[in-house]
Amino acid sequence: MGIYLPIAEMSVNVFVLLAMGGAVGFLSGMFGVGGGFLITPLLIFYNIPPSIAVATGANQVIASSFSGALAHFKRKSLDVKLGTVLLAGGIVGASLGAVVFAYLRRLGQLDLIVSLLYVAFLGVVGGLMLLESVNAMRRSRSGESISLRKPGQHNWIHRLPLKMRFRASKLFVSVIPVLALGAFIGFLASIMGVGGGFIMVPALIYLLKVPTNVVIGTSLFQIIFVAAFTTIIHSTANQTVDVVLAFLLMVGGVAGAQYGARVGQRLRGEQLRALLAMLVLAVAIRLAFDLFVRPESVYSLSMGGA
Amino acid sequence: MRVMALLHASALLALLPVAFARAQEGSPENIQIGLSTDRVSITSDFSGAELTIFGALDNADPLIARQGRYDVVVVLEGPSRPVMVRKKTRVLGVWVNTQSEIFRDVPESYSMALTRAPQDITDPGGYRQLALGPANIHLQPLDPEGDPKTIEEFSAALRDRKEATGLYSVRVGGVQFLSQSLFRAKLTLAPNVAVGTHRARAFLFRNGMFLRETSAQLTIRKAGLEQRLYEFAQDHGTIYGIIAVLIAIVTGWLGRMIFRKD
Repeated sequence: MGIYLPIAEMSVNVFVLLAMGGAVGFLSGMFGVGGGFLITPLLIFYNIPPSIAVATGANQVIASSFSGALAHFKRKSLDVKLGTVLLAGGIVGASLGAVVFAYLRRLGQLDLIVSLLYVAFLGVVGGLMLLESVNAMRRSRSGESISLRKPGQHNWIHRLPLKMRFRASKLFVSVIPVLALGAFIGFLASIMGVGGGFIMVPALIYLLKVPTNVVIGTSLFQIIFVAAFTTIIHSTANQTVDVVLAFLLMVGGVAGAQYGARVGQRLRGEQLRALLAMLVLAVAIRLAFDLFVRPESVYSLSMGGA
Repeated sequence: MRVMALLHASALLALLPVAFARAQEGSPENIQIGLSTDRVSITSDFSGAELTIFGALDNADPLIARQGRYDVVVVLEGPSRPVMVRKKTRVLGVWVNTQSEIFRDVPESYSMALTRAPQDITDPGGYRQLALGPANIHLQPLDPEGDPKTIEEFSAALRDRKEATGLYSVRVGGVQFLSQSLFRAKLTLAPNVAVGTHRARAFLFRNGMFLRETSAQLTIRKAGLEQRLYEFAQDHGTIYGIIAVLIAIVTGWLGRMIFRKD
């Protein structure tokens, strides 16, 4: 069944979009990520113009993050204070990102930069996760106990001034790295149309040493707001949010997420991380392929002469 | 030119001079077209459409009509807008947009229907004179001082891309005579057809000679919800964004209520 997208100005298949949303939702429920990093590339593969894919991806991320954050809020596995500080940085980063986004679009280099950012970040994050999870699997096989958090062991980040106490995370840390991390992810969120969970989660665990149990909830909490802010900014500046497209993806996504979560509970942590790593790498390779392989046509048209 | 066209029509060659002479005696032929609607609405299930235009010849010479020597070309031209053509080249192994050329007033879409193959109606020069057909649309670069070779390359690329996306199309046999003076043109509206005022033009040829043209206007617009959403997004971007966020939150919340498993 075809449906006409009012903003993308094209006709698409409803079931393809529902299935796309469902599949990504399933994976995001399974792995506890927002799924924006999968949705945006998938939309681009489906010939949705990248500027619309990015802005609409951000809109879709709100739904899945909100749904996920609710669960964490109930379980109290969410640090509102840490999330708010991250968010303050995130808003600044997202505003900057939207300006850069509009500039790149005028320049005609948006598609390239979006793809390059995806390849770089997905490649690095996927690669690191795969290494880490394979190591963890090897260690657990040889019977060693593993703990990501080693109390008392501090890195350079913990020597910065302007310290603040985050009770829920049992953390006493400078606000500078927290704000910087928030800003960096907000920036990426508005250029790539992602929530940034796939960078936020490892950064909180490895850099700030936030306990794993509050990481996902906190990350989801701040993603809701950054993604909401990004959606509004894009809609104001570029008019590139397609609500019909976003809604179809959300419906598929929230349904898929619940089933994914059940499957996720049956798999072991390091296996789950290894699978996610491979998925992330696969998307990166697919996007890299498009960058390096001669396109079907080297010419492209854009409207308005700008 | 006329001689050229006559030579092409090999089967009827012998009869043509007679017919031609007779047509000149009567009052001149005229062509008219009528649209069943002056508005086409794009609704949520729009996936391209076929537009039918009816038309009639006035004072058609019955003999020429019987011999099928009247030809009609109908064109539906979309609104014109500036277009930028970009070219990718390989930089360090990566395909990057490096060159670009802006053209003024490029028709968004160009759908053509003909009674017969273009070369059987008139010669290339005739099409060029009338600026008829995707290949003859006049493309004016924003910077006319540019290298003519580059401009030619980019205008060819523009036509090629427009054809590849179905926005420029040619339908041979798309115009059919229903009787000696009545004809029907079927034009293709691509799924991504631009909204705005389109112009339908019909060209009448006799024995390869262009006689007359007529035109009519057609408005293509988004209907109902699509139209309102589009306008709302353009005029009230911020409020649209806030509503998009609220929809997402409600969907996320409902999704959890309905599907929750914990």
